[in-house]
Amino acid sequence: MIQQSTTSAAGAGGVAAPPPTGTVRLTINGQQHTLQIAPWTTLLDALREYAHLTGTKKGCDHGQCGACTVLVNGKRINSCLSLAVMHEDHDITTIEGLGSQENLHPLQQAFIDHDAFQCGYCTPGQICSAQGLINEGRAHTEEEIKEHMSGNLCRCGAYAGILNAVKEVVDSKSSESRR
Amino acid sequence: MNPFTYTSATAVEDAVRDNASHEGAAYIGGGTNILDLMKENVARPTHLVGLNKLPLTAIESTPEGGLRLGALATNADTAWNEEVKRRYPLLNQAILAGASPQLRNMATNGGNLLQRTRCYYFYDTATPCNKREPGSGCGAIGGFNRIHAILGASEQCIATHPSDMCIALAALAATVRVSGPDGERTIPFEDFHRLPGNTPERDNNLEAGELITGLDLPAKGFEKNFSYLKLRDRNSYAFALVSVAAALELDGDTITDARLALGGVAHKPWRDQEAENLLKGQPATPETFARAAAKVVESAQGYGSNNFKIELARRAIVRALKQAAEGSQHASDVFLNSNP
Repeated sequence: MIQQSTTSAAGAGGVAAPPPTGTVRLTINGQQHTLQIAPWTTLLDALREYAHLTGTKKGCDHGQCGACTVLVNGKRINSCLSLAVMHEDHDITTIEGLGSQENLHPLQQAFIDHDAFQCGYCTPGQICSAQGLINEGRAHTEEEIKEHMSGNLCRCGAYAGILNAVKEVVDSKSSESRR
Repeated sequence: MNPFTYTSATAVEDAVRDNASHEGAAYIGGGTNILDLMKENVARPTHLVGLNKLPLTAIESTPEGGLRLGALATNADTAWNEEVKRRYPLLNQAILAGASPQLRNMATNGGNLLQRTRCYYFYDTATPCNKREPGSGCGAIGGFNRIHAILGASEQCIATHPSDMCIALAALAATVRVSGPDGERTIPFEDFHRLPGNTPERDNNLEAGELITGLDLPAKGFEKNFSYLKLRDRNSYAFALVSVAAALELDGDTITDARLALGGVAHKPWRDQEAENLLKGQPATPETFARAAAKVVESAQGYGSNNFKIELARRAIVRALKQAAEGSQHASDVFLNSNP
């Protein structure tokens, strides 16, 4: 694992010498990561800047846009409003853990099939959120999916495609479970 | 964020002791509000006591026939809890009306009570704010105040309390259980949050170092006749301009018990017992509801851009009471605001 020095981890100009960094062990996409990070490192920054998994995006950094959505123990959360140090012993899944270029996740394929993005910046968060929605198993109709995806904004306005993509995968899951 | 140290507590006593031993310490549960405030430089703790390993996530029946909600149960786990859905559907609806699924998966019940106002002047450290910097002034009075209070405000502060969950807890007359350096105590929900008065920096009546450990719901849940009506600028993932928690007990068409609390209008969840008394013993008619609504907004005051809230609140109360009397709302897994 990459070990960052104390000084580069602080990154806050004008602030007195920060306390030393500590060791935080995270399980990300089934792999153990041992990171040397300061306690104020958010889970989002730990994923992107220290574990170098840049699929998870930083949008607003204030829990308002959902671009940073990841799954923790199967539940979707905003990684920007959580400290990495709060997630030792948790099972973290990012977009990199859902699918790969060679083997797309059904949600990734559905997003392509339904034109569910333009710039793509919100897409990893949308897909992780949709996987969380499917894990919860509570949204089935279009109205329910809209309400349960309301924590993910898309500035390109690809909502119609996103809704169709998520609906398709939700429907296929429920027809699977009926079999 | 400013530098801070972090420890993770595994027992309530350890958390309280660790907090008391650090000057400038704060507790962190889900973190959804305090981390946001720290990024904005509004909150500047020098030490955080992590709570997410404390054994306070249970939701269980009390000997008195009520339900105890652990302070660290998430808002999502609380809303979906079968007992909450069956016995306290008003609470289910209120929780699902707030935030997003992601935030509800993180935010804790204790933290929901402690979230701070979303007044934009409070968040903007370039402007004066008596809540953030006592004595510096109020940017909202005479400024943009569309989201601000119409009831119980002061010349120091017209900020509103932002929670939905707390409006249901006020209507249900919950009790807050706390643990602190001087031991344990309980606080009736109505006495938990404060009006701004001359100390707007204090949102609630917790003493220094006290930690919320749980919320007790009384046995009576108003599971048949209730409504949580939330009015906002967009129909999901937005704070209330006005919200109403209404709960009725009916004997035929006669109201035998009533609860009425409003969100988005005051510095605290605004329960009005005088208005409730105007409902009790009366027929469940639009005229009765209108009298109660008039009572609630009798002392309301607008500050310019929020004047519309007075009429909005009056109408929302009548509508919520009508929905409650009809029994048209039900606990659901999805808050669709599909009210008639």
